Amino acid sequence: MVVWRAIKAVVLFLVDYIVGDDWTVAALIALGLLATWRLVEADLSAWWLLPPAVLAANIQSLHRAVRKGG
Amino acid sequence: MNWGVFVSTFLAASIEVIEMVAIVVAVGVTRSWRAARVGAAAGLVVLVVTVAGLGAALQGLSLETLRLVVGALLLAFGSQWYRKGILIVSRDGWTTGIGDEDVDEDVPEGFDWTGAFLSFKGVSLEGLEVAVIVVAFGAAADALGSAIVGAAVSVVVIGALGAATYRYVAAIPRRALQLFVGAMLITFGTFWAGEGLSVDWPGGDLALVWLGVLYVAAALLLMRSVSGWRGAVRVVS
Repeated sequence: MVVWRAIKAVVLFLVDYIVGDDWTVAALIALGLLATWRLVEADLSAWWLLPPAVLAANIQSLHRAVRKGG
Repeated sequence: MNWGVFVSTFLAASIEVIEMVAIVVAVGVTRSWRAARVGAAAGLVVLVVTVAGLGAALQGLSLETLRLVVGALLLAFGSQWYRKGILIVSRDGWTTGIGDEDVDEDVPEGFDWTGAFLSFKGVSLEGLEVAVIVVAFGAAADALGSAIVGAAVSVVVIGALGAATYRYVAAIPRRALQLFVGAMLITFGTFWAGEGLSVDWPGGDLALVWLGVLYVAAALLLMRSVSGWRGAVRVVS
């Protein structure tokens, strides 16, 4: 029981540490990575996709944070 | 020595080390310097053990897998610092992020175990973040030694500055540093995640430069946009 609680605490800490207060950013970045992988698999140019995907993920999060009073 | 990795880990670790120093100095000043030092030393041992453990755990992975995983982690983690930096600097200005930590001043007689624990907790939690950064940069660039040296120099230099006089360390504008380091983390994250997916970057390794310029320029533009959004929200409410 104690071990389970410790594992759970560590996992929760890591998720909070990596994902932070807005899970949509991590989700959109994951989608960007997935789409980039599909372009590479299709033998198409893929370098242009990830930077705008990362920026778009952050911009939507910033916009929501400001609307919430951040 | 991989100087790119050295400088990156030095800067990224410095943000966490400033927070470590803030906590240790706050415990030292308000409770007990002996307890603060004992707690900090125990926290640093945890940091060394964590770096060794994480480093060993990643040895068996291929470089491509490692770069994809590390790149994705840096993108998620770096985005937090990037957004926080943009939000706070656009609201409070470039010199924000200077201040002390609050610590309870109820100090018992004898060795102050509470103070030692507070110091240990501060150093080990901030140290865990340093450990992840060190191992991520070191493993993905295949330069773990340079990453460890970068972080160690940060701990020694910022720690010594903090021990000598906290005013110098407190004067470092943490939020501005956080914004630029956040941009740097997502730059490396984008590059390495792309490399892990076999993306051909225009300019090869020089893509790190144009990606960095792109993210910093976007941050500066976003600070203006965020200020505008705040104005619009105030008008509506």
